[in-house]
Amino acid sequence: MKGNEVIAHAAIRYGVDGYFGYPITPQSEVLETLEELMPWETTGMVVLQAESEVASINMVYGGASTGKAVMTSSSSPGVSLMQEGLSYIAAGELPVLVVNVMRGGPGLGTIQPSQADYFQATKGGGHGDYHYIVLAPATVQEMADFVGLGFDLAFKYRTPAMLLADGIVGQMMEKVVLPPFRPRRTPEQIAEQCPWAVTGHAERRGHPNVLTTLELDSAKMEVNNERFQKTYREIEENEVRYEEYYTEDAEYLMVAFGSIARICLKAIEDARAQGLKIGLIRPITLWPFPTKVLREKAENLKGILTVELNAGQMIEDVRLAVEGKVPVYHYGRMGGIVPNPQEVLDAFYKDFPAAKI
Amino acid sequence: MKEEIIIAGFGGQGVLSMGKILAYAGLMNDLEVTWMPSYGPEQRGGTANVTVILSDKAISSPVLDTYDIAVVLNQQSLDKFESKVKPGGVLIYDSYGIHRAPERNDITVYRIDAMDACLEMKNSKIYNMIVLGALLKAKNMVPLDAVMAGLKKTLPERHHHLLPLNHEAITKGMSLVEV
Repeated sequence: MKGNEVIAHAAIRYGVDGYFGYPITPQSEVLETLEELMPWETTGMVVLQAESEVASINMVYGGASTGKAVMTSSSSPGVSLMQEGLSYIAAGELPVLVVNVMRGGPGLGTIQPSQADYFQATKGGGHGDYHYIVLAPATVQEMADFVGLGFDLAFKYRTPAMLLADGIVGQMMEKVVLPPFRPRRTPEQIAEQCPWAVTGHAERRGHPNVLTTLELDSAKMEVNNERFQKTYREIEENEVRYEEYYTEDAEYLMVAFGSIARICLKAIEDARAQGLKIGLIRPITLWPFPTKVLREKAENLKGILTVELNAGQMIEDVRLAVEGKVPVYHYGRMGGIVPNPQEVLDAFYKDFPAAKI
Repeated sequence: MKEEIIIAGFGGQGVLSMGKILAYAGLMNDLEVTWMPSYGPEQRGGTANVTVILSDKAISSPVLDTYDIAVVLNQQSLDKFESKVKPGGVLIYDSYGIHRAPERNDITVYRIDAMDACLEMKNSKIYNMIVLGALLKAKNMVPLDAVMAGLKKTLPERHHHLLPLNHEAITKGMSLVEV
């Protein structure tokens, strides 16, 4: 199955209550597949093509306020349109899942794969001090798995989660094992899981629930911010995920996320065959970033190459992690161009000529 | 076993669906598979290509720079991919519309007249199945019954009456290649 199609299947199987989206390449198959599968006739899941991305994210905002599991998906220009809504959702401490299958930018850009929304996804994007959990799938299997993981984390911490994919993993087909079906939660289960939800049952509860992001009293707004930051520190403590390959004896590292990590892995396997001691770290959560492992590894390294489909964004987090202990260089392609494994290896040797065997 | 395959031609020739059927055939045969299309403007009249990898081990990169097998169905694709076949690899091309034949002699080159065969069968829609037949004959990666199972999986049920015709086209394609 295609990565995008898998998102739709995984959403239905997770028991998602609503999907609101607007078509855009390279992720239109998410909405198309949902419409083909017609989950409103089986699980009762709502699937709605909104009039725009601004509308989609605000429908998600509204749905999440009632404790429902709701999501949207889009690609880079569409996700830019959602930034205001994401800031509000983060401030409302609402669990939602947003899928961004990135394409080349800036502007309307191209429809080919890119990772140039790393900054936007990990550093805020909208206004105010907020973060959300960012998961970067590298395989079609992870496209399936991270829908559920994203929602689980979003509900656990009352924060948005983003599945940050790229056009490659969205468009490619691979083997996948879909998660098992689970029923949508009942209103009672939602009320129990989300005591904050606005469900119209103030009398039953004995008090009304209010969700607002406006707080004119600065002292109270600072308290709110402190609460948000506390949650973020907890997430940073507990939810860092990454994968390492060939790192035990590595003198050099590549750091790459998403499908590009797989291109690097092939380059690394080729380099290992020539005797070069090189490994790969693939951040799975881009926020929270695997800072600690990189800081530890840096002690024994001669150099790091970050490989990204952008002009160098994640490299900033890698450099912050290693605190200047090793040189960190960037190799990237932009505008929708995808490098092949040989080009990655050539770039590595160009930056680290001493590594050449 | 690992086969890295590029299939390239004009958009509309069925390049992507041929790759899809091959990938599903691999899946039916318990192989790991990736199917990575060129998507976007290429599909609208320009060139289209798809990278299919079949392997008995986990597949790292779905994007490649060299291939074990290239199937090229127009001149642009031949120009682009001839140099990217690994030494000892296989290049299959349809002679139709080709004005510069392949020049490599460190690879096995099969010229097939799939377009002629297609005209003979009086059905332009089975062109890619003829090419697929030729590919399977040139390199026996998956058994024919796995291919038919893959085809059944990708073809909507309302078109299942066309399975015998596709079988015929694959068989025809196989007859175009002498190994």
